[in-house]
Amino acid sequence: MALLAPMATAQNQVNMSPGVTEIGADIFGLHMLIMWVCVVIGIAVFGVMFYSIYAHRKSKGHQASQFHESTKVEVAWTVVPFLILIAMAVPATSTLLEVYDNDEAELDILITGYQWKWKYEYLTDSGEPVSFFSNLATPQEEIYNTQTKGENYLLEVDEPLVIPVNTKVRFLITANDVIHSWWVPEIAVKRDAIPGFINEAWTRVHTEGLYRGQCTELCGAYHGFMPVEVHAVSRDEFDVWLAAKRGAAVVRSALATQTLSVDDLMAQGKGIYDRACLACHGAQGEGGVGNAIAGSQVVLGDLSGHFAAVAKGVSGTAMQAFGAQLDDVELAAVLTYQRNAFGNNTGDVVQPGDVTGMKNG
Amino acid sequence: MGDHYHGPATGVTRWLFTTNHKDIGTMYLWFSFAMFLLGGFFAMVIRAELFQPGMQLVEPAFFNQMTTLHGLIMVFGAIMPSFVGLANWLIPMMIGAPDMALPRMNNWSFWILPPAFLMLASTLFMEGGAPAFGWTFYAPLSTTYAPPSVTFFIFAIHILGVSSIMGSINIIATVMNMRAPGMTYMKMPLFVWTWLITAFLLVAVMPVLAGAVTMMLMDVHFGTSFFSAAGGGDPVLFQHIFWFFGHPEVYIIILPAFGVVSQIIPAFSRKPLFGYASMVYATASIAFLSFIVWAHHMYTVGMPVAGELFFMYATMLIAVPTGVKVFNWITTMWRGALSFETPMLFCIGFLVLFTLGGFTGLMLSIAPADFQYHDTYFVVAHFHYVMVAGAVFSMTAAVYYWLPKWCGRMYNESMGKAHFWISFIGFNITFFPQHFVGLAGMPRRIPDYALQFADFNMMSSIGAFIYGASQLLFLYNVVATIVAGERVSDEKVWDGAEGLEWTVPTPAPYHTFEEPPLVPKPAGTI
Repeated sequence: MALLAPMATAQNQVNMSPGVTEIGADIFGLHMLIMWVCVVIGIAVFGVMFYSIYAHRKSKGHQASQFHESTKVEVAWTVVPFLILIAMAVPATSTLLEVYDNDEAELDILITGYQWKWKYEYLTDSGEPVSFFSNLATPQEEIYNTQTKGENYLLEVDEPLVIPVNTKVRFLITANDVIHSWWVPEIAVKRDAIPGFINEAWTRVHTEGLYRGQCTELCGAYHGFMPVEVHAVSRDEFDVWLAAKRGAAVVRSALATQTLSVDDLMAQGKGIYDRACLACHGAQGEGGVGNAIAGSQVVLGDLSGHFAAVAKGVSGTAMQAFGAQLDDVELAAVLTYQRNAFGNNTGDVVQPGDVTGMKNG
Repeated sequence: MGDHYHGPATGVTRWLFTTNHKDIGTMYLWFSFAMFLLGGFFAMVIRAELFQPGMQLVEPAFFNQMTTLHGLIMVFGAIMPSFVGLANWLIPMMIGAPDMALPRMNNWSFWILPPAFLMLASTLFMEGGAPAFGWTFYAPLSTTYAPPSVTFFIFAIHILGVSSIMGSINIIATVMNMRAPGMTYMKMPLFVWTWLITAFLLVAVMPVLAGAVTMMLMDVHFGTSFFSAAGGGDPVLFQHIFWFFGHPEVYIIILPAFGVVSQIIPAFSRKPLFGYASMVYATASIAFLSFIVWAHHMYTVGMPVAGELFFMYATMLIAVPTGVKVFNWITTMWRGALSFETPMLFCIGFLVLFTLGGFTGLMLSIAPADFQYHDTYFVVAHFHYVMVAGAVFSMTAAVYYWLPKWCGRMYNESMGKAHFWISFIGFNITFFPQHFVGLAGMPRRIPDYALQFADFNMMSSIGAFIYGASQLLFLYNVVATIVAGERVSDEKVWDGAEGLEWTVPTPAPYHTFEEPPLVPKPAGTI
């Protein structure tokens, strides 16, 4: 068993990883135990079968005996497997009870699945709330084979979840649209994210590091493109990170009252377009799952209509409501970008203040 | 064939209007083989896309349509109808009945299938594409977020559900009412037993599936909220209903396969089945347990811990009767006089690979470990070991075993053996590495994957192409046999074959057992 551990993240890994939590190690132990039990039973059963195939051939002139039914044998092969199952059920039960012990968490994080990204919110009693979206960071060029694929192809995000080590972290998991499932093998958490319901799971990571996972419930076209990245850092580092996040959130809300330059809005807008809009609307605004942005009547038309489509979504289509996913600065930037990129050239500049105004009616 | 037998009608009306169990069985078998090739073609598209990392051939949305249609067509179009076809051909001949009890309904239950699958396949050409929510069609992806073609999907599921229910009622009525004098229940061949139990499972769960898709239809078109939390419903309710159908469904697929293997292994071991009665009881136990284990497909939905424990214990219990079956087959071979014609090879292949699938099934039943296995390629490997190496291998064995009886011609043995070995090797190259990538963390139903999974995926794709190609060899062998195979006239065909179907002339005449036969053998000597 120990021999397999160093292979944990290597190329062509063939086994489960024990990971970096006690529960992960327990699950790995259970997995190996049951696998070896199966291997032993398999060797015995197939051994008998292959001996028979070898020795009891008609071509060797073996005469068939005509025996059948034996109560003793039949009782034995019913009772013995039953006892083996009981022996397996005991450790399985205790590990399961452990997995379900969600009490006394030191940090709560709300995880919400969206098509096709994750939102993380740190639920703390005091201070500015910290929440952000975590999107796939792998560029389209790598996915469509025009660029060499990086080491963490499809497993990298723009903003990872950060958690402190040696801390019981409780995840409250839900979804905004369809069912997703949040999984990081190394920290041994997989729980379905179900719209309208909140599931609980927890972890206590004992080793600092970077752990990667993916959505594991089919959630639509880009199900394969919503990875999870978790950074486990020391308690001190975590506190510094959280404070910085809070500070950035304050700056961010101050920014919403300022007037930004066109270049700034366009640059920010492109970044947001590429991560939030491009998958459906195309790299050149040519459309795809969604309508074309280039020459779109909605985009070229009245700003309030454009804003409504972006912020509230379009019901009955795959167009989501981005009003809660993007802040006012981001919305202003992406609206400005869409109204001026791809040959749309309306010359309109949307400021964060305009967005705040439209949001308030 | 005596003068008083009237043969089949000529031309296309023979097939359209036939009420003959053999004709209907033949149509079911050919239809299911056509669906097997179609579903197999979709699998080839999937494996070609997954040959290398990066998007290669198709777009992610189309990839999801392929996985969805592959699953639906293989389960509902290939495996289930193939065993119904086998039941049609064999059950009357095995119990000494002249035909099925309800011949006109028999015709209807076949003929509604092709339009249903035509409709399902036609969704590929509809705006928004075919269903892309997986064969398990979890809400709300299959309701609020579904393409418009979901309505046609729902209608297709309804039709094939009706077909299955009619087929099952027919089998139950035939077995209960039309056994030859002396053919008591405990003398019936195991294939008949497994099908009788399967038919009861079908009648019990197909209406549940119909209920699930009807609730979907209401949610999609009539403003209800069965599966939408926003309207007071529950998306997890869908999964409970689906798997209450879905788990018995997998036994519906595998029990007739058990029946086939229980006929063929004794024949080529030249020795009676070791424990006839315990095989019957094991089958019934598996059928009973299949109703109380459904939520093991849903360990990660956030059930209360008491529920998890119940479903874990109940699921583990299935290992007991399944073990009884495997032990019985092996004890049947023990000290027999074994020979290894193609049907026997496929049965041994079944025995080894199905048992491997059973082992991974036991691993998956352990709830805490399932948190790591769930929805990964480990699960994909597991269910292909039981569905393909289980159901499809045994079906293939059945075709080789009974084909000479059906058409009076012998298949090409070397080609049959080549088919077995290429299938066996191709299958394992395809699915064995999927255990590895699953354990290493590759989720299922993704069109593209991280680089560390690349080598095993390429291996898997190569294996799939080999396995796929070997089925064309099978098709060629069967057609060549029917057209120009060497003639056989011996009633028994195989020296170890036992049962009433081997007492009628070869090839089996259009009408058999118009006079009930004398039941020759005591119980236990099938």
